[in-house]
Amino acid sequence: MSAGGDFLGEVQAGVGARTLSSGMAHGILVLDVEPQDLVPLVKDLKGAFGFDMFLDVTAVDWPQRRPRFDVVYHFYSTRRFVRVRIKTRVDESEPIVDTLVPLYGSARYMERECHEMYGIGFRGNDDLRPLLLYEGFQGHPLRKDYPKQREQPLVPYREVEP
Amino acid sequence: MSTLPPLTTLPNPIRPAFTEGQTPGSVIVNIGPSHPATHGTIQIVAELSGERVLRTDVHCGYLHRGFEKECESHTWHNLIPYVDRLNYCSALINDFAYCEAVEKLMGVELTPRCRHLRTLLAEYSRIADHLTCVAAALMELGAMTAFLYLVTIRDYVYEHIADLTGARVTHSYGRIGGLARDLPDGWIGRLEQILDQMDTFVDRVHGLVDRNRIFIDRMRDIGVITTAEAVNWGFTGPILRSTGAPRDLRKDTPYLSYGELDFEVPVGIKGDNYDRYYVRMREMDESRHMIRQLIDMLEPGPINVDDRRCTFPDKDAVYTQIEALINHFKLVMEGPQVPAGEVYSAHEGANGELGFYIVSVGGGVPWKVHCRSPSFVHMGGVHRMLDGYQLADIVPTFGSVNMIGGECDR
Repeated sequence: MSAGGDFLGEVQAGVGARTLSSGMAHGILVLDVEPQDLVPLVKDLKGAFGFDMFLDVTAVDWPQRRPRFDVVYHFYSTRRFVRVRIKTRVDESEPIVDTLVPLYGSARYMERECHEMYGIGFRGNDDLRPLLLYEGFQGHPLRKDYPKQREQPLVPYREVEP
Repeated sequence: MSTLPPLTTLPNPIRPAFTEGQTPGSVIVNIGPSHPATHGTIQIVAELSGERVLRTDVHCGYLHRGFEKECESHTWHNLIPYVDRLNYCSALINDFAYCEAVEKLMGVELTPRCRHLRTLLAEYSRIADHLTCVAAALMELGAMTAFLYLVTIRDYVYEHIADLTGARVTHSYGRIGGLARDLPDGWIGRLEQILDQMDTFVDRVHGLVDRNRIFIDRMRDIGVITTAEAVNWGFTGPILRSTGAPRDLRKDTPYLSYGELDFEVPVGIKGDNYDRYYVRMREMDESRHMIRQLIDMLEPGPINVDDRRCTFPDKDAVYTQIEALINHFKLVMEGPQVPAGEVYSAHEGANGELGFYIVSVGGGVPWKVHCRSPSFVHMGGVHRMLDGYQLADIVPTFGSVNMIGGECDR
């Protein structure tokens, strides 16, 4: 465990210049970054530090905050067995970050999910069709202002016969 | 009369990536979402040249229930039953992975008995999951006898877990800071019986199919994936191990009691269907080995932490003491108070890395719960294992991936 911690310390020192802030939280190195620095930072992490697995991308909605969304990435190193979390902030008016599909194949599907659920655009990902939802779904259901009870039936309800 | 419009006017829920073939003479075939040969609601749009699959476009989402949205309006305790329904073949692993994420945020340290019991039950669930996967994959290839052997054992396991938890499939047995209840009398004795019977039945299945010509023809060199590609597409669990990479979170980042156990990480040779079958069979052997060690390690003791923030007080105390009554009321009505923060916690699920990313702003209700489910990630790259093979190979390849609709679509 401490070996992993030392390694994450090296990573933190190595990429510190590209980040706004960084720190350890529950065994994971957390890096805050400006959206435009995301791709260079991930290239560094993948190339120089061996974070070869793209685990996850999702977003967190903070409706009262400007910028409104955190886009959160998790990466894993299959050689050092440690994880790193990257967070970047985008605003509702332009919720766009650059895609990571050229670096990791698995980003393709997960960016699609994040796009439909939060309306985050991924510049350069040409396949952002709905995935868990259906074609023509209105709105982004995981945004806090999407009411949970709202229904958008694809097949209209039958009227109950008296 | 009925106002349902004729089927032809209903909109198509998906937009396929391609509607015309690239190669002259090819045809585009739609498979699923409801197809008897794929267990799981998945839709595959395939371009075929004769029987050969040229390219595929995989769609999921037919089982989407809004799990993550629903979690945001329930207390930390109340969403445990939802977590169960992600991977309904090994629901206990989901329970424990979620509970551990919350416990990390709260800074709760489990009791030794709870830790060992969770490990034991997680391995028991892994066996049930692998039994389901292997049995279904064999049945789809016509091996009905092997299917019945494996499902017989799985039913013993389900009934046995039902003796403990009260439910066969979705147990809701994990609790933040512990477990719902301790083992009933005689449970360990029956567990040892089932493990011994499992040894016999699994041996029989090895004898039936391992060197079976038909089975090998359908499985060997089909759905091959290399380690580099598997990592690129985010594959974890038995699929990654079948490529020869011994990557297992139980070994690499030990959690629960795995650091104290002796076990091996089985790997395959070249990442084809046969390797995935064999890795799962060997993992069941390792799980049985681990369970036998854990039976010896179990010591009597409390199963819940003594922490009033998350553990429910004894029912006797609730009825007789005002402090306990208020404690119980607060835990039920407001939920456990989880400090603000965020955490990502991952367990080795039966199919791969099962991670929970949770965000708390303080209080009894989560701000966000995100599940990194292995099946969903696998569906993003499964076309790499389907393209270039025969149409009939989709069935065993898809079976060996073991897509679980509940956790894929959430």
